[in-house]
Amino acid sequence: MNEPVISVKNLVKRFGNFTANDHLNFHVDKGEIFGFLGANGAGKTTAMRILSGLSKSTEGEVVVAGYNVNTHPEKVKQNIGYMSQKFSLFEDLTIWENMRFFAAIYGLSTAVFKERAQMLLNKLGIFHEKDRLVGELSLGWKQKLAFSVAILHRPSIVFLDEPTSGVDPITRRQFWEMIYQASAEGITVFVTTHYMDEAEYCNRVTIMVDGRIEALDTPAALKKQFAARNMNEVFLTLARPNNQ
Amino acid sequence: MITIQNTSKKYGTVKAVDDVSIQVHEGELFGLLGPDGAGKTTLLRMVNSLILPDAGNIQLWGLDPVADYRQVRQIIGYMPGKFSLYTDLTIEENLNFFATVFGTTIAENYHLIKDIYQQIEPFKHRPAGKLSGGMKQKLALSCALIHKPKLLVLDEPTTGVDAVSRQEFWEMLQALKTKGITIIVSTPYMDEARLCDRVALMQDGQIHACDTPANVVAGFGKTILGVKMTNVYKGLTDLRVWKHTDNVYPCGEYLHFIATDSHVDVASVTQYLVSLGHQNIDIVNVNPDIEDCFIELTRTH
Amino acid sequence: MKRFTAFVRKEFLHIFRDSRTMLILFAMPVVQILIFGFVITTEISDASIAILDKSKNEMTREITAKLASSGYYNIKHLLHSENEIEAAFKRDRVKMVVVFEPQFSKRFYADKQASVQLIADASDANSARILTNYAEGIITSYQNSKNSDVGAVAKPIETQVRMFYNENLDGVFMSVPGIMAMILMLVSAMMTSISITKEKEFGSMEVLLISPLKPFQIILGKVTPYILLAFVNVLTILAMGYWVFHVPIRGSLFLLLGESMLFTLLALSLGIFISTVAQNQMVAMFMSMFALMLPTILLSGFIYPVENMPYVLQLISHLMPPKWFIIIVKSVMLKGNGIMYVWKETLILMSFTLLFVGLSIKKFQVRLK
Repeated sequence: MNEPVISVKNLVKRFGNFTANDHLNFHVDKGEIFGFLGANGAGKTTAMRILSGLSKSTEGEVVVAGYNVNTHPEKVKQNIGYMSQKFSLFEDLTIWENMRFFAAIYGLSTAVFKERAQMLLNKLGIFHEKDRLVGELSLGWKQKLAFSVAILHRPSIVFLDEPTSGVDPITRRQFWEMIYQASAEGITVFVTTHYMDEAEYCNRVTIMVDGRIEALDTPAALKKQFAARNMNEVFLTLARPNNQ
Repeated sequence: MITIQNTSKKYGTVKAVDDVSIQVHEGELFGLLGPDGAGKTTLLRMVNSLILPDAGNIQLWGLDPVADYRQVRQIIGYMPGKFSLYTDLTIEENLNFFATVFGTTIAENYHLIKDIYQQIEPFKHRPAGKLSGGMKQKLALSCALIHKPKLLVLDEPTTGVDAVSRQEFWEMLQALKTKGITIIVSTPYMDEARLCDRVALMQDGQIHACDTPANVVAGFGKTILGVKMTNVYKGLTDLRVWKHTDNVYPCGEYLHFIATDSHVDVASVTQYLVSLGHQNIDIVNVNPDIEDCFIELTRTH
Repeated sequence: MKRFTAFVRKEFLHIFRDSRTMLILFAMPVVQILIFGFVITTEISDASIAILDKSKNEMTREITAKLASSGYYNIKHLLHSENEIEAAFKRDRVKMVVVFEPQFSKRFYADKQASVQLIADASDANSARILTNYAEGIITSYQNSKNSDVGAVAKPIETQVRMFYNENLDGVFMSVPGIMAMILMLVSAMMTSISITKEKEFGSMEVLLISPLKPFQIILGKVTPYILLAFVNVLTILAMGYWVFHVPIRGSLFLLLGESMLFTLLALSLGIFISTVAQNQMVAMFMSMFALMLPTILLSGFIYPVENMPYVLQLISHLMPPKWFIIIVKSVMLKGNGIMYVWKETLILMSFTLLFVGLSIKKFQVRLK
């Protein structure tokens, strides 16, 4: 667990006069569950776009899965998976059709796709439902399925954007079990969220405020450092210093 | 006071709201907690007269949202789940519009919205579509309050809003409560339960519990151990197959472990895990929270 | 009332703040009428014509002179027999041949029935129509001046129009009435249905429903601005037709405006009806497009003459409100007819309006489903 899968050095991103990311420095280890927190507009999305090769940094060096994102964004994209709360799967396609589509995008051969998809659906216990439309599934199932699809091509990193907001507590637990499992298999999990209870599950979290990283440690250490009962209090202390 | 009795609503074969009976007291901040698809929105819309129940009876201070829907609509301030303001109108134009539509003026009820509106007043000429999530929320709340409603119905006001704005929003609700307005708020975030006077836990159209947050938690009745180890996933699968395990699930930093009987203690769990080669084992006593209650109640229902 | 005006004001703000809506409302009618107008209308001046005068008296010479001095026609040939007509069209490319019957003035004064035949090359249907229209106009005014000489009011000259190559002028593209129907449909039906469904989509309809506003106030508030805007459009189209393309307005302007307002109301009621059925803007837009725009363009006789359609489509075209409106506008605008000639069509439009208003009231709900 000592080689970093993501390494960010002095990352700066400016839009005109506005600095969205102000000298970010961090690294994420292989298999780590890394929480990336911040209020709306703190610069989370900008940073994640740079990490996933969608946008170029103004300054600094970002290496993801062994590739520099500024020079080899395509290589980076091949090696990451992505899942967001807003869009996960096509509602008007069946489970199987969705999986086949995303497998094809990432260049999996038909044989490999069939084998993995079958295994995955069996593990979730919904193989017999593979021809159902995704739109008919509950939110919880959609999210679990979306996560499975995001790691179908065995990426070294999977980016999750607010993966469990609005999901019932039991499904959320099942979801985190899947994340723990992926992590145990060596997939690095990068979670951005502004829901602090999701932060509690992570190995380490960073908290961004106004484009800067204000804290980076394990949830336990952060709670201790800020004498807080939970991550929500830690976050409020950092994001709302005037009111404290 | 609001009384909901044996109320049901079906969509096709799906029971969106299934025989729900709850009461909301005068001047109370009442939380309706449940995940997406639990039936919260349907229940709220039946209360505010926008949907007809299939069965049951709802009374708001003696008014029936089915028969007396005109009067009911007069006394309700409503914030739907989706952002419902006009994005192309400015803050001031939005507020003015809703004031006029409800037959009042901003000046008349300014005292009610003052604390909230003052925070966004400096931007009153900005179109609502260009506001941050927190500011939109404040404007929506101002608009819902402008006609001095007796009851405020808020459908998932904190969904999609960051932690800071959520905190501020709840502070605003606390302040409104002191002005005698009854508030019903729905939320999928269990941690917001502690901010309510009373809560109802809802899932699959049913209410699993309805009480003060403290009483709901007190009713949990089992001991939870928080368990941590280096390999969490293996620990989870190992504990799941243990014969003394009633339930185990991830919950933040720790796994929450509930034993089948009270003889199982920290020592025996540690022993079991050590025997399987786990390292850095850390076991603590955990006070159950609303989420634990929710999981337990869903399991037993 | 204050609520209502607040609502209308809000609606105007929506319209004026959205540049795309503004473009559709104001620029599109102008652009469309210009495009359609210039594609079809060829400005008539110095069109070559031929005269076959079998009478050769003072009267026919006078009419010929009037035609020549009008500026529209250039008399290229004087023919001697009917056999030459075909050749005049084919070889000399004249656009119209004027044929006076033998003993024209004798028949005019004695029999009170003189006949002049206008034969036009209708392969260019639109200019053929314009040429014959102008000629008819010139002959009529000549006849009127003769009448006033003798103090009579009879109309002894009978103009017979014959179209060569496209006998019944089916291809004539009546641009202005058609465009009016199309624009009014678009502005009134499509824009209102979209703006109402927009409120549903953004969730503000829930808040409006829960407010003390009555459903008809909501609907009326949404619709009023579009009535006014549609009226502005009617005026724009008529003015452009009149001044840019010289389309005559022969009948009563008030009748024309009145009928336009009736059609606007019809389109609005259709728009409201669509919005009660459609759940979001996209559906409303597609419904408007397929249920309103395409039939308006294809089945109303705007582009393809109804008479040439298969029988089934002809039956369907009766159900197209724009068809009746186009008939009315053509009749009032181009033929100068009064209400007596179009009362049937007017009644049909009124019935459609009542039908859709009724359906909308039945469909519009004070609750959600």
